[in-house]
Amino acid sequence: MPNMSLKKNEMPVQDPMVRNHNFQEVALGYTEEQALDEAARCLNCKNKPCVGKCPVAIDIPAFIAKICEKDYEGAYEIITRQSSLPAICGRVCPQETQCESKCVRGIKGEPVAIGRLERFVADYHNAHAKTPTEKPVSNGHKVAVVGSGPSGLTCAGDLVKMGYDVTIFEALHLAGGVLVYGIPEFRLPKTIVQKEIDTLKALGVKIETNMVIGRVLSVDELFDMGFEAVYLGSGAGLPRFMNLPGENLKGVYSANEFLTRVNLMKAYKENSETPIQHAHSVAVVGGGNVAMDAARCAKRLGAEKVAIVYRRSLDEMPARKEEVEHAMEEGIEFHVLTNPTEILGDEHKFVRGMTCVKMELGEPDESGRRSPIVIEGSEFTMDVDCVIMSIGTSPNPLLRNTTKGLEVNRRGCIVTDDEGLTSRTGVYAGGDAVTGAATVILAMGAGKQAAKAMDEYIQSQN
Amino acid sequence: MFQILKKQPLNPTVTLMEIDAPLIAKKAEPGQFIILRVNEDGERIPLTIADYDREKGTVTIIFQIVGATTEELNHKNEGECIHDFVGPLGVPSHVEGLKKVAVIGGGVGCAIAYPIAKKLHQLGATVHSIVGFRNQDLVILENEFQAVSDKLCMMTDDGSHGTKGLVTDALKSLIESGEQYDEVIAIGPLIMMKFVCALTKEYGIKTVVSMNPIMIDGTGMCGGCRLTVGGETKFACVDGPDFDGHLVDFDEAMERAAMYKPFERKKHEDTCNLFRQADAD
Ligand SMILES: Cc1cc2nc3c(=O)[nH]c(=O)nc-3n(C[C@H](O)[C@H](O)[C@H](O)COP(=O)(O)OP(=O)(O)OC[C@H]3O[C@@H](n4cnc5c(N)ncnc54)[C@H](O)[C@@H]3O)c2cc1C
Ligand SMILES: Cc1cc2nc3c(=O)[nH]c(=O)nc-3n(C[C@H](O)[C@H](O)[C@H](O)COP(=O)(O)OP(=O)(O)OC[C@H]3O[C@@H](n4cnc5c(N)ncnc54)[C@H](O)[C@@H]3O)c2cc1C
Ligand code: SF4
Ligand code: SF4
Ligand code: FES
Repeated sequence: MPNMSLKKNEMPVQDPMVRNHNFQEVALGYTEEQALDEAARCLNCKNKPCVGKCPVAIDIPAFIAKICEKDYEGAYEIITRQSSLPAICGRVCPQETQCESKCVRGIKGEPVAIGRLERFVADYHNAHAKTPTEKPVSNGHKVAVVGSGPSGLTCAGDLVKMGYDVTIFEALHLAGGVLVYGIPEFRLPKTIVQKEIDTLKALGVKIETNMVIGRVLSVDELFDMGFEAVYLGSGAGLPRFMNLPGENLKGVYSANEFLTRVNLMKAYKENSETPIQHAHSVAVVGGGNVAMDAARCAKRLGAEKVAIVYRRSLDEMPARKEEVEHAMEEGIEFHVLTNPTEILGDEHKFVRGMTCVKMELGEPDESGRRSPIVIEGSEFTMDVDCVIMSIGTSPNPLLRNTTKGLEVNRRGCIVTDDEGLTSRTGVYAGGDAVTGAATVILAMGAGKQAAKAMDEYIQSQN
Repeated sequence: MFQILKKQPLNPTVTLMEIDAPLIAKKAEPGQFIILRVNEDGERIPLTIADYDREKGTVTIIFQIVGATTEELNHKNEGECIHDFVGPLGVPSHVEGLKKVAVIGGGVGCAIAYPIAKKLHQLGATVHSIVGFRNQDLVILENEFQAVSDKLCMMTDDGSHGTKGLVTDALKSLIESGEQYDEVIAIGPLIMMKFVCALTKEYGIKTVVSMNPIMIDGTGMCGGCRLTVGGETKFACVDGPDFDGHLVDFDEAMERAAMYKPFERKKHEDTCNLFRQADAD
């Protein structure tokens, strides 16, 4: 008998006023009891509407059915047919716009908590399973993966399992991409990412850090070294600024710089060598996941006041719903329909304020989105000593500037066909480098797709 | 891990190290830099590639001990390893086609200026080097500069070595005496580069400076190294570090460089008396 409760099982979380002072994980995960209760809400629909909205088409009712049978490893096996990073996607997927958005249970009441169940299964597996020690049988072919974000890791994982000799080249000193330098510890513990990476290593993937491709080695040199195909999963890490007066004052950060200092360089720890400004009042400009993460990190670093400044309304905010709710609970203020016009400095060129205008939403434009327009005479000044710009990123130009014949579009994104093939033979790409800033699951899906295409390509050459 | 093959103090606060890094040595060009982390959990700091040997596969760095990371680096000995060492980063200096150049180095900036002077010399250009230090004890790379320069002006603030005066004094008198340069390349403290640029602007001589803002990733990801050049925002790590000195907003760069001073001072006040010295610069 299905559980007909209209509500999801609540996710146990750390108390907001405690967690906004620490970097431990906010959401604690379902207990077995809660997972079973939640799994029982799934109606096992024949037409599986939820599956159609999962970018990698995980067989959702099938894995949930396994949970009901308490066969958690069986559930894990079903999920990992489609996804290589379930512990991560279960935590960070925007489920409300994906799988859960079409769940039948969501028509009257709340949808099945698919993401939370996925996380439960993955955490169960990680707690019980050993990392594999057996390496797949080698097929004698060498491939290279540039970038170790979710896209590159997935591509490498699939290829190594097919028997390829895979080397990942990562520019930073640590593998994981945005999963380690962007998304904070309290939302995605780094041990989880490390576990995925350790599994890949155990399977035989080589990870070369400190390798900026385009500088240390070019893509062409990778071919010269005997790699038969190359996957570019270099992400979209170039931060945008607004070109406001005062944007180069001390105390204005890109979200990337702020989050890198906090997450990658661990500036929140007492003994960290990397400095971070401990601000009293912080404004974060933007409304995406990145903005929420920056705001919540700033709060945890001890800022008394942290405000999100976003030019559209709450309804248009691109961030995951859960992150917005969590941020609000933690005491982050939301100034919506507000846009900055100038950042003000004191006599030592430190930020002392930010001038903003109020906006209203006009008629929908061609894209169907209602574009914000300035309300005349609505100017006001916020008292802040730190501003974090979180208005988007684009792909880094380094690879396109150093790889002959690599086609990119107007926005600097690498152009590929549906399989991930670029304009260069043997060079594949995917993830944020192709789509512009998107999601972990899409980046992962692209890595999977490309791994398949690379295998077919190499096999056809031999 | 990258092994230190040679370590040599050049003066009390400046050390030279030769690092085993064959891939970087193969690609390095003057004007480029590396980013290193001395130990796991350490800070990422940029240092210029002062020299390289493609055959031996080595890269030379010359660094001034100014704070925690450079101090930690200086504690490493020959045979020991540096945890992370990535490069070559940044755009190489444009030296092709130059016939006569004044290369100016101030303090540890000489470590950055030297490979450029050397390259110009190899390409057959006439090189006039002007190097400045606070006093005789701090002089570095004098013989090296001598070997690659058609003329070398050694300047010290107190006159304890070479001529007493600033590098701008030497440059001015060379220009006044009729020397004509295709370009001036100035590398040193921001204040020095600012005044060199003010001078060369008067004479209308193109001037290239090497900017050293605070960096983290060095790959264009964080924007922490941004500068205003000709009214536009540039990232020194990927667009530079060389820029047209007449377009750089030096006042802004100086403010930004001092951003973490209070933090670093607090952290190392007790352990490091070099701050007082650094401040005197
Ligand atoms: C703060 C933040 C929060 C986010 N929150 C969410 C969320 O909640 N849910 C969600 O689904 N998505 C979220 N995203 C988006 C998601 O993280 C990205 O879409 C995803 O990581 C893209 O994966 P990728 O593998 O394409 O690139 P990345 O993760 O960006 O990895 C690219 C890697 O390539 C390396 N690289 C780049 N250039 C080179 C080169 N030349 N040579 C070698 N290596 C190179 C980079 O150093 C990096 O490690 C968030 C992003 C950020 C920044
Ligand atoms: C492209 C580039 C090339 C450089 N080349 C050389 C070189 O060849 N030799 C050399 O001695 N120095 C060079 N520097 C400067 C060197 O990076 C800094 O001295 C070093 O980072 C200081 O680190 P620290 O931890 O020892 O000192 P900290 O305690 O971090 O700081 C001491 C002082 O250095 C400044 N500083 C801190 N971090 C940086 C940083 N990342 N970049 C610049 N200044 C910083 C601080 O504001 C402070 O005033 C270069 C910098 C750049 C950006
Ligand atoms: S991968 Fe993401 S979208 Fe797909 S089922 Fe899991 S949580 Fe939903
Ligand atoms: S739509 Fe909802 S109830 Fe139906 S199978 Fe999917 S998760 Fe279960
Ligand atoms: S150091 Fe991060 S963008 Fe230049």
